Amino acid sequence: MAERPGSIDETLALLESAGYVADRPLATILFLALKLGRPLLLEGEAGVGKTEIAKVLSTTLGRRLIRLQCYEGLDIAAAVYEWNYAGQMMAIRLAEAGGAVHRDTLEGELFSERYLVKRPLLQALEADAAGAPVLLIDELDRTDEAFEAFLLEVLSDSQVTIPELGTVRAEHPPIVVITSNRTREIHDALKRRCLYHWVDYPDARRELAILKSRVPDASGRLSKEIVGFVQAIRKEDLFKAPGVAETLDWASALVELDAVALDPALVSDTLGVLLKYQDDIQRMQGSRAKEMLDRVLSELRVPA
Amino acid sequence: MTGAAVRQGEGHFAENIAYFARALRSAGLPVGPGAVLDAITAVEAAQIGSREDFYWTLHAVFVKRHEHSILFDQAFKIFWRRRALLEKLIAQMSPISPGGAKKEEKPKAGALRVAEALATPQSRQPEPLEQTEISARLTVSDREVLKAKDFAQMSADEIARAKHLINELCMPDDTVMTRRFLADRKSRRIDPRRTFRQSLRGGGAAIDLAYRKPAVRHPPVVALMDISGSMADYTRLFLHFLHAIAEKRRRVHSFVFATRLTNISRELTGRDPDEALARASKRVQDWEGGTRIAQALHEFNRHWSRRVLGQGAVVLLFTDGLEREVTDQLTFEMDRLKRSCRRLIWLNPLLRFDAFEPRASGIRAMLPYVHEFRPIHSLASMDELCRALSSRQSGRGDPRQWSRSP
Repeated sequence: MAERPGSIDETLALLESAGYVADRPLATILFLALKLGRPLLLEGEAGVGKTEIAKVLSTTLGRRLIRLQCYEGLDIAAAVYEWNYAGQMMAIRLAEAGGAVHRDTLEGELFSERYLVKRPLLQALEADAAGAPVLLIDELDRTDEAFEAFLLEVLSDSQVTIPELGTVRAEHPPIVVITSNRTREIHDALKRRCLYHWVDYPDARRELAILKSRVPDASGRLSKEIVGFVQAIRKEDLFKAPGVAETLDWASALVELDAVALDPALVSDTLGVLLKYQDDIQRMQGSRAKEMLDRVLSELRVPA
Repeated sequence: MTGAAVRQGEGHFAENIAYFARALRSAGLPVGPGAVLDAITAVEAAQIGSREDFYWTLHAVFVKRHEHSILFDQAFKIFWRRRALLEKLIAQMSPISPGGAKKEEKPKAGALRVAEALATPQSRQPEPLEQTEISARLTVSDREVLKAKDFAQMSADEIARAKHLINELCMPDDTVMTRRFLADRKSRRIDPRRTFRQSLRGGGAAIDLAYRKPAVRHPPVVALMDISGSMADYTRLFLHFLHAIAEKRRRVHSFVFATRLTNISRELTGRDPDEALARASKRVQDWEGGTRIAQALHEFNRHWSRRVLGQGAVVLLFTDGLEREVTDQLTFEMDRLKRSCRRLIWLNPLLRFDAFEPRASGIRAMLPYVHEFRPIHSLASMDELCRALSSRQSGRGDPRQWSRSP
């Protein structure tokens, strides 16, 4: 089990060791979240590496990663705990067959940990040999407000109340990372309990560093061209600008195609890896892509 | 830096943070006293090394919304600029008298938004209250007349009464099914958890089944309102209507546009409709100007659709559709809007004319992309809209009856 980082610089180094190239603001907030034991709320466009942060934290700190993928209609039974009804039914029948059992004993037995099915949130509160786990609550904006309200208890006090059993409290609070794509606004009450950070698209220098660390097979020239092109395309009026994830996908795709440099035909053919809306692809295909590529290439040729 | 030094410096340092929090609050950031305590802990924990680190540490605690980043940035620059206050603070975190912290709150030129925010409280004057006493006890025939009357032809007095009647309208009761459950005796789905708890009450000998049904909720309503000159007579009453809806359900997002799009959802949440409208109109800068529907829709699709159209939203598009230049962009944006929401209802006051025909090219271009096309010129039509929202079938709002070639 690795120690939590002691300063912002150490946090940066820690992330880098796992191949996550972060900027200083992100390292600052991550360091604070670890130091103060506060949940971290990350918002940003899809594909800028929000989920990745939790994964990197779990590997570098050697903690277990517990992931709760949110969806509309997520309820307590799927997120926190559920009773094992079939087991309880069996227990009741067996008790009947075995003769008179006292009612309180039976009730105590039925609603004990033995018949409790633990879901991610409850698992995250359990003690772990490797230290408190990393709890990733992914895409919180997909659930409804009712579920958010339920999270409040977990986030502020690291505890869950089960009516039949009592309150389960974590001895060591988990490291909580919440992500949201902002398809709706998260309630202020929940935001208040978290440290908030907006994860933005990286600048060219950082994106190049990310590309080099994640797709080392891409040649230096290709990487530079890819980053230049993606940075340029993000400035276009698109419905969905490509994220870092798309850049990496595109780079891997181009490496698979044995490309050493970008050319207009190649860009047109592989645009589907980068852009995910038909209107956007149509807009960028053909002459537009060529024009942009020429501009990017000429900028690269001029030594900065 | 020793703990004692921090302790010693705590007084002034904490004060400075508190002053800064107050400045942020007046600039419009929701900063509570809890956040101030958090900020002090965070700054101590981070052992600040540079101005940038200090900036992002406070940012982490005080900013809870992406939009607030820019306000924070300006406030930070203004507040911590004075007398290299920050540099000294970083140097030793030693006692620094805030001196004229009040003065520091006064911004110089440049940071416009924060400056305005800091300046407004003095200039705001209570608006003269209208002392028109409205008798809520209208006679039945009065009501009937008022209901059918076109908003544009109402006198000021009648409009005031109509506003009251809007609040009495039976609000739409449309629901969508969720994947959660509620206890229900009459349902056919078994609720295992309650079943076991109930049967244990009797000792577990007999299992009496408990049932549950899926819970329902109101889908979000998103209103896009044209506030150009030609719509002026109807906009304000429609805003009242929206305000009344917003009281009944949690999620109503309101946008207005003429030449640019403005989100007035927060302004419309005020308790009193007139006050809410006053606040909203302060935000909006182009009341009753010209209109560019395509541009406004484009802006909405690009910046807002993903944020507010989730979870089965119903879109109320309130415009007369009289776009000056009809381009492909209009149909393109309408198509995108239709595909991103569950139900797109076009409310058009032009439908008040009995002999209305969709001749204008803007209307012809937009019609194929809406699910329903309805009038919105009188209380009766508002009432009809409410009923249409509650029921599933579109009935007479079908846009196809209008787009048949004459």
